[in-house]
Amino acid sequence: MKYLEEFRDPKAVRELAVRIAAKATRPWVLMEICGGQTHTIVKQGLDRLLPESVEFVHGPGCPVCVTPLEQIDRAIAIARRPEVTFCSFGDMLRVPGSDTDLLEVKSAGGDVRIVYSPLDALALAQKRPDRQVVFFAVGFETTAPANAMAVAQAKRLGVENFSVLVSHVLVPPAILTLLASPTNRVQAFLAAGHVCTVMGYTEYEPIAAKYHVPIVVTGFEPTDILEGVLAAVTQLEEGRAEVENAYARSVTRQGNQPAQSLIREVFQVTDRKWRGLGSIPSSGLSLSEAYRDFDAELRFDVLDVRAEEPAACRAGEVLMGTLRPNACEAFGTLCTPEHPLGAPMVSSEGACAAYYRYGRTAPGGTAP
Amino acid sequence: MCLGIPGRVVEKHEQEGLLMGVVDFGGVRRTACLAYLPEIEIGEYTIIHAGFGISRLDEDEARQTLELLAELGEAEALAQVDVNDRGEVVSPAVGAEGRQAGV
Repeated sequence: MKYLEEFRDPKAVRELAVRIAAKATRPWVLMEICGGQTHTIVKQGLDRLLPESVEFVHGPGCPVCVTPLEQIDRAIAIARRPEVTFCSFGDMLRVPGSDTDLLEVKSAGGDVRIVYSPLDALALAQKRPDRQVVFFAVGFETTAPANAMAVAQAKRLGVENFSVLVSHVLVPPAILTLLASPTNRVQAFLAAGHVCTVMGYTEYEPIAAKYHVPIVVTGFEPTDILEGVLAAVTQLEEGRAEVENAYARSVTRQGNQPAQSLIREVFQVTDRKWRGLGSIPSSGLSLSEAYRDFDAELRFDVLDVRAEEPAACRAGEVLMGTLRPNACEAFGTLCTPEHPLGAPMVSSEGACAAYYRYGRTAPGGTAP
Repeated sequence: MCLGIPGRVVEKHEQEGLLMGVVDFGGVRRTACLAYLPEIEIGEYTIIHAGFGISRLDEDEARQTLELLAELGEAEALAQVDVNDRGEVVSPAVGAEGRQAGV
């Protein structure tokens, strides 16, 4: 497919690895924010192609992974209602709630459906005015334009039987939390290419300056990722800390303005709880006042559903990049994709799932 | 979750007040919302996420990157460097995944 295969050329991948090795004179720790990038790195063995002095730690950019337990419990409480058709991206269905998951609700007769786009859920609501159609609006900034448009259209077209359970999170506050942590080892970030496609990268410029960390906007194919690494290592070696765009075919500094404008209209910034990381101020989105009628939390009165994270799952440390997935005692024994303790083992973007799926079963604190 | 797939816009139309389009992904065609790309033209490439076009792909930038990659590939072929001295990475494994994923 055009614009995919060309960015996977093995010869270019090897040459980029050689150039990174030639550039790196000291040990450096890089974090890729995005779970999709984590999967490319682990699946293609990019981390093993690099010199040992360049270490990847995997970031919290997996929306399924960071959605807190109580939000899953709220989704389950809504999905169990007989009048509700509950629509979600597929990844969310197997994330464990306190005592069940959405897939089990479906098996038990609940009307739970996987959709490709939030507009599909809206179309379903238009087709079935007798049903309450709820969409589980999770995601980072990349997904916010799609979810914002579904809500705006519902309001414009007067689709009253449609609502959204919002669990939106934002990347920059998570980076700030990581940088402020006393256990932080990350010296440079690969910023998530599609988040920046929507938002641009001006938000990252004060972060790079304040903490003196290079932040390189990076794409998702093997050569994209290694270009991002080369740019980050070059900056580190030269003592620079700038925001650099290594995914210019999709990302501009200002991002997608029409998308940002609708996000600002439909959503407002709010404090959000992140699974494993706790509550982070101004780290997420909720519906703005003008769109509150479409808020499933209010419509189905689930705000009092509360839950504590299970102690056995060390997802928080994995998401902070302080624990390598296969160094967790539960990895591959108590916790597997078939019987996950936490979301990072479930999601197709979770770091634990990537390690399990691509055979990184050797324990130890560093990459095997 | 932030899966984004590059595709070529082959048709544009309006539906319930929204700019929609048909996007071709290497032969597979799907309808997508193009409301966030008001200036996109038929024949141009976009990245589709959750049924929405989020960027108008900059073909000049893509071409520059591809030229750089071609140079890198030639350099590698000339140097014949076996970077995989630990014997751990097999190059044909690179590039098997048929999608782009990410935040």
